Formats: sequence, structure tokens, C-alpha cells
Amino acid sequence: METGDSQNHDPSLTIHTRDLRMRYGTTDVLRGVDMELRRGEVLALLGPNGAGKSTTIEILEGFRRRSAGQVSVLGVDPDRGDEAWRARLGIVLQSWRDHGRWRVRELLDHLGRFYTPYTTPYAADELIDLVGLAKQAATPVGRLSGGQRRRLDVAVGIVGRPALLFLDEPTVGFDPEARQEFHDLVRRLSELEDTSILLTTHDLDEAERLADRILILVAGRIMARGTAAELAAQVAGTATVRFSRDGEFHEHEVADATTFVRELFEKYGTAIGDLEVRRASLSEVYMTLVREFESGRRTEVPAELSEVPA
Amino acid sequence: MNPRIVAIRAGVQRGRIEFRQTATSPGEILGWLWMPLIALVVMYVLSDTAVPGTDFSLGSQAVPGILAMNVVFSALLGLAAVLTMDRGDGTLLRAKATPNGMLGYLTGRVLSRAALSVLMLLIVLIPSAFIFEGLQLGSAVAWLRLAWVLALGLVATLPVGAVLGAVFSGPQGLSLVSFLVMGLSAISGVFYPIAALPEWLQWIAQVFPLYWLGLGMRSALLPEAVVVAEIGESWRTVEMIGVLGVWVVIGFTLAPMVLRRMARRESGSNLEARRQRAMSSMG
Repeated sequence: METGDSQNHDPSLTIHTRDLRMRYGTTDVLRGVDMELRRGEVLALLGPNGAGKSTTIEILEGFRRRSAGQVSVLGVDPDRGDEAWRARLGIVLQSWRDHGRWRVRELLDHLGRFYTPYTTPYAADELIDLVGLAKQAATPVGRLSGGQRRRLDVAVGIVGRPALLFLDEPTVGFDPEARQEFHDLVRRLSELEDTSILLTTHDLDEAERLADRILILVAGRIMARGTAAELAAQVAGTATVRFSRDGEFHEHEVADATTFVRELFEKYGTAIGDLEVRRASLSEVYMTLVREFESGRRTEVPAELSEVPA
Repeated sequence: MNPRIVAIRAGVQRGRIEFRQTATSPGEILGWLWMPLIALVVMYVLSDTAVPGTDFSLGSQAVPGILAMNVVFSALLGLAAVLTMDRGDGTLLRAKATPNGMLGYLTGRVLSRAALSVLMLLIVLIPSAFIFEGLQLGSAVAWLRLAWVLALGLVATLPVGAVLGAVFSGPQGLSLVSFLVMGLSAISGVFYPIAALPEWLQWIAQVFPLYWLGLGMRSALLPEAVVVAEIGESWRTVEMIGVLGVWVVIGFTLAPMVLRRMARRESGSNLEARRQRAMSSMG
């Protein structure tokens, strides 16, 4: 193994992994993941269920030992992270159901205490206002609605003013309104101080709304990376052209729609009608990818999403 | 300030909050009290029977043993049960995600269980003082002795409870343990002097803390004359301290190792897997 990243750690990178691998028995869950999260950035790890998102995040959180590869989180190897390192992380998991009998303010005040040797944690009331739970401050945690509970989880995650916040599938099971509110909250958080955020989601729309950059993880590999606009540009190459010729309908998948249509008119002129040109959206390409991956038909990256050269 | 001291202080706060939550929940208190209450009723019926070799009421003689049994249930099994539950709902993972959170969590759980055990002992003892005759509750010496025997009993049983809670991942394992504790109650002289049992059973009972805790409580609460019903016609205070002391050492040696292993294994996907298993076993 090469020397750890901590020795030549780039301080502008909150997370840096190289060739991160995870194997359970004979199953490779992560097959060489390289990722970088810059300070203050919101990065979405997007992928279908079973792609390895949760495994990745648990390795980064120091909850799971990797099989191979280099990992640096806030300049430290998570396998060797101490409590001072832990104090700089905020963790929001998929399914917290803990502390049901505690009152909201009581719990935030209690958990904040653990951070006092390392930082000045949020005062419980300030945090309650920030996540919009002022009316529920004295409510037992077990009686919160799903959306309120999730906002409390975020409040707990940031009580120690973390440099890095992990959000694992934060809006699973939300109705559209709760989702919208949650997205607003995450955007507010990313503007606060210098918090870097790594969020996992299987929803492209969520990744596009929240993240500065997106990594698409499929079958334990990063299939594509970039801003939403960069990813969209990668798939913009193909388009579907529909038209009728002499009353008969046709449909073609083409790489260069403009040239195709020009030639179509040069050849058939006024016989062409009902022209429609549609570029495949990123979401269509992603959905196709997910469906094919989940049905086991695809294990490798499609041409539209081949990795951008760095 | 030292982060670990901060965490222990937070743990003390945690213990207070958890104690309040349980102490103000009648359902939960009753859940831990029905066994000793039934035992008391049975022993009340036997009040007119005398302890062999004395004219002391068998019912009154059994009260200290029932208190000891109650301590083992509420401290040892109680701590094991909350640890298992806290793993199931993510409380433990939350502690792991918090700096020094495990230390604070355990401090809170141990203190709140200890306080609840004292509370439940008093809930059983105080009415018994009026119902059963002959308990030596008028003297400060008796209360003092009761206090240190109880303290020693808690220090001997709580770490064992933590170990069991860490080793067993679900309620099935714990039902087995509580079944064993009930069996142990039957042979540990809780209800009837142990001298009446075959000698090999006496030896088994004397390995475990329950017998010795009961003996210590009897030595605190019963008149001196009743000692003739005990093994060797003695309260055997030195032996009691010795055996309970060995359990203290065993508990404090094993608990940190086992708890560290438990904490290391805790992760979100393990939590999710347990939740799925629990849901499918319910469905």
C-alpha cells in the first residue's frame, strides 16, 4: 500500500478517495471508486438501490472498514478517526427511530453538550428555529411526523457545526411538499459557514436541485461525474426524430438531428409533415440505465454516459 | 475541559432524563414489578408458616430475597433489555456518531437503571414493612447495611447485564436469560431457605450473585435469630462480599471488551437489516 493521503493531503478537499474497494465474501460492492468533495461543495452520489451508495458513505463515516484503496476525510483516514475527528462530522442516516421519548429541545441540548470541548455547538433553540421545529420544541420525538422527524435528524446532524455533513437518502418517503421544504433546508445549510455536504439519492431530480456536482454510481463504479449541465451535455448528442411522410409515420434515433432534418427536407420536401425533434434528457438516460441495471441486463456504462476525461 | 469528562457529565444528565421517562410511565414500572408483587402475595398467604427451626414467619423471611430477585431483574435484565432495544432503534448508532457518545450513553443507561432498581426496591419494601411482621426497619444500622449490600449488588449485576445486552441481538436471547434467572430464583433461597435443597443445587446457587444478594438483604432486614435457617447458621458477610466482588471483577473485565465490539459493529446498514428482519418476523 502507498503512503496515506494524510501526508500529502490537499486541504481544499474534504473527501478524497482513490480506488476505493469493498468486497463482501466474493461480491464486489465497490469496484474502485475515485471521488473528491471540495470544501463548501454539495456533492450528490446518485445511483439505483444496491449501487453501493450506503456502503461508500459508511466507509467515509468510519462505520465500516474498506477492503482496499485510499480514503481521506477531513485529512484523516476514517479507519483511524478519533473523537475530535468525529466531532467535525454530521451524520443523517436513512432511518433514525431513536430517542422517541425525548423532547425535541431536550435531545438537541443534550447531544450538543458532547461537542463543547471541540467547538461552540448550536444552542438548541437557534437550531430548532433553523430547521423549522419551533412549534414542536416540547413534543416527544416519537410523535413527530415523518418530515418533522427528518428535520430533527438534520438538526442533530449539524448541532456540532460540522465541517462535513452526510445525508443518506434524505427524502425517501416524503410527500412533494415535505420534499420541497427539505430541499430549501439543505440549500440554507450549504450556505451556512463552510459546510461541505455529501448526499446520496436515487433521484436525479433531487441531485440536480441540491448538488453542485453529481457522481453517478452504478454497480460499484462511478459511471459519470460533473455538474448537472455537464452531464446533460454528454447525453444531448442523441435525439429522437418523428415525422410523417405521405401520411405514414416514422421514428428515428439520430446522433445529429439538425443534419438529419436538413437532409430529410432536401430529399422529400413537402411530403414531410408532423415533424418533432426530442433530445433525450439526462433523466431519461438515467432512468433507462437504472432499469437496465436493476433487471440485470446491463453491468457496464452506456455510451451516452461514458466518463468525461478529467 | 477534557472531552471524556464532558461526556460523563452529559451521561449523568442523560441518566436523569431516562430515569424520569421510565419512573413516570406506570406501564413500564408495572412491567418490572408484577413478578415481585405476585411473589409477595404468595408469601403473604404463607405468613402463618414458620421458618424451619424458628418461630419466624416464612412470609416475612422471603421479603429480602424477593427484593434481591427484583434487583437482578431490574438491573441485570433491565440493562440487557434496554441495550438490545437501543441497538434496534438506532439510539446506539446515534451515540456512536456523537463524539464520546458511547461513554455518555453508557453512563446514562447504567445510572438510570441503578436509580430505577433502587426505586423499585423501595416500591416493594415500603408496603412490605406494613404487611409483613418482623422486618428490622426501625434501625439505622439495618438501612445502612441494606444500602451497601444493594450498592454492591448493583455494581455486581449491572456490568453483567451490559455484557448480556451486547451479546444478544434480539428479544429471543433475552427471554432465555430471563427464563434462567427465574430458574435461579427457585434454587437461590429466595422463597425458602436454601438449606432445604440437595447439596449440589446449593453449590450451583452459590456460584451466582442472586443467592448472595438475597443473603445480604436478609442479614440487613431480618432479626439475628433467623440466621439458624442459613447455611452454616451464619450470614457469611465475608463470603458474600467475596463472591459478589468476583462478579464485579468479571463484569468490569468483560463489559468494556464486549461493549467495544458491539459498538464497532454498529452501522446504518446493520440497523436497517435488523429492522427488516424484525418487520418480516412480525408479518
